[in-house]
Amino acid sequence: MSVLGPTSPDGGAQERVEGFIAPEIPGKAYQLPLWRRKPLLIIGLVILGIYVLLAVAGPFFVDDPRVTDPANFYQGPSSDNWFGTDKFGRDVFARAVHAARLDVTIGIVIALSSMVIGSAIGVVSGYFGGWVDEVMMRLTDVVMAFPGFVLALVLVAAIGNSVPNVVIAVSVAYIPYFIRLTRAQVLAERELEYVDGAKLAGNSPLRVAFRHVLPNSMGPSFVQAALVAGWAILTVAGLAFLGVGIRPPTAEWGVMVAEGAPDIITGQWWTALFPGGMIVLAAMAFQFIGDDMGAETL
Amino acid sequence: MWRYLGRRLLISMATVIGIVIIVFFIVRVLPGDAAIVRAGPYANEQKVAEIRQQYGLSDPIPVQFRDYISEVFTGNLGVSIRTNGDVTDELLQRLPASLELAFYAVVLAAIIGIPMGIIAAARRDSWVDRMARVFAVLGSSMALFWLGLLLIYFLFFKLRWFPGPIDRLAIGTEPPDSITGFFTIDAALHGDFGLMVEAFRYLALPVITLGFVLAAPILKMVRASMIDALESEHVRTARAIGVPYWQILFRDGFRNALLPVTTAIGIVFGYMLGGNVIVEFLFAWPGVGRYAYTAIQVNDLEALQGFVIVVGILYVGLNVVIDLVYAWIDPRIRLGKKVAA
Repeated sequence: MSVLGPTSPDGGAQERVEGFIAPEIPGKAYQLPLWRRKPLLIIGLVILGIYVLLAVAGPFFVDDPRVTDPANFYQGPSSDNWFGTDKFGRDVFARAVHAARLDVTIGIVIALSSMVIGSAIGVVSGYFGGWVDEVMMRLTDVVMAFPGFVLALVLVAAIGNSVPNVVIAVSVAYIPYFIRLTRAQVLAERELEYVDGAKLAGNSPLRVAFRHVLPNSMGPSFVQAALVAGWAILTVAGLAFLGVGIRPPTAEWGVMVAEGAPDIITGQWWTALFPGGMIVLAAMAFQFIGDDMGAETL
Repeated sequence: MWRYLGRRLLISMATVIGIVIIVFFIVRVLPGDAAIVRAGPYANEQKVAEIRQQYGLSDPIPVQFRDYISEVFTGNLGVSIRTNGDVTDELLQRLPASLELAFYAVVLAAIIGIPMGIIAAARRDSWVDRMARVFAVLGSSMALFWLGLLLIYFLFFKLRWFPGPIDRLAIGTEPPDSITGFFTIDAALHGDFGLMVEAFRYLALPVITLGFVLAAPILKMVRASMIDALESEHVRTARAIGVPYWQILFRDGFRNALLPVTTAIGIVFGYMLGGNVIVEFLFAWPGVGRYAYTAIQVNDLEALQGFVIVVGILYVGLNVVIDLVYAWIDPRIRLGKKVAA
């Protein structure tokens, strides 16, 4: 059951009444419009749309994020510098917009790559079973015995700071979730009759697994991927905040928060709180989308 | 019962061994020269060679593995490059600070999350329920460092309600003699209530930061499992024969929701063991998370590796404790029957 999703209004009582079959209602039943049924989904998609627009077009309209202006350091938010300027006089808004391109891309790439790898392993594990399944399950047990953030942290620390390394490390932390999810789905799916049909039609086992069972088992993974994209943005920024992975002077939200954090206790709140707010809003958009599509949002 | 526990313990040991092996692979075997990482960016070749020698990094991998395993399983996590101190000692010394922070954060999260979840489930689709849902989504998408900075700015810099992010106590304040390692409890045990209040004041901001984020998953889990319980047939029967609603809510609803709630608190604890690196760094909290942060800054792989192993073992140990609690709450496990939940 979805954690916060809708459940049937009669609490499933109907299914339990033996011998009773609900009559088919002729014609299409009336439904509320989508924005009334799933307001959070729409809000999430709108916010995400703004971010994507910002990431694609934004950098053409703002200044170079690297340009310093020592005469104008620590200027508060104004019509010239919407988010103010930092200790080097760099425009915080320009940097935040450039960072949007990097952060949103990284979040989506991590979600997609861990979904693709995780579900490929999951379908093999679930469909074929045997020792491969056993080994895979024990491996995911061990990987999931680490809090994901700690795993990503130590991975990046070991393989070195760079954008691709961060993508790899954070993806590795999320792959086990997709393995588990796909495997559970495949275990139920492979018992269905169409699978027997596909086998009888002479398809090879691999083809049945990947072309027939896998596409029918992907639904929950897509929903989960929306959440993972949000969490990945939080994780990458969290790592950058600790000085791991993406480093200054790159314009990245977590790096900007880290650089601006010491300014908080001297009163220049804008250097850290604006980019931090953009991280939270982006994560929230993905969370809204995943939550309203009924993901397991723990 | 005992068979069940024995099986769980065996699995946990296997997981710990797995963690130790994986950490070895991450730190030693992955591409990236461990000696160069340890030596730092400004080392010359001679220094790198020295370090390679000192840590036995030029030995064949199986030999390194054997040495590493025998060290780790005798409780020796190596020597920190930065402090020249024993990593095991340094971690154990810092652990109480982290545990105190974690303990109060989970307590706060439970105080917020459990009642909100119960009310949200009891009054489904009311405005309380909607507020709870928004709160849950906010909590799951909150960046710890951002919330922490927000609290520091408003509650410390602007309003001066709480002390700034410097340490567990004000500079110059002597910590209480250690009994439990929790400053608040130790101070109370010594009868020094002024010191206890000071310790709580320094705990406040990091605890609120973590507690807010951790309340979200607890709230969701309580709400979902309460709804499941309230929709069950025994609740319908109880209502039909006229049992008071509040009694149904707690006796039939909450008691049945306890199992998933225990799971949620366990997951939350695990999450915090990772999140505390950020919060401890932000609030200059002298725990294991901050130790890991400092280790990363100077490529102190020995210390970092020790931190990861300790966190992994704590997490696995926690899961064993949760299984014990499960068995205590749920007679079906105690009596060795299959659990549907």
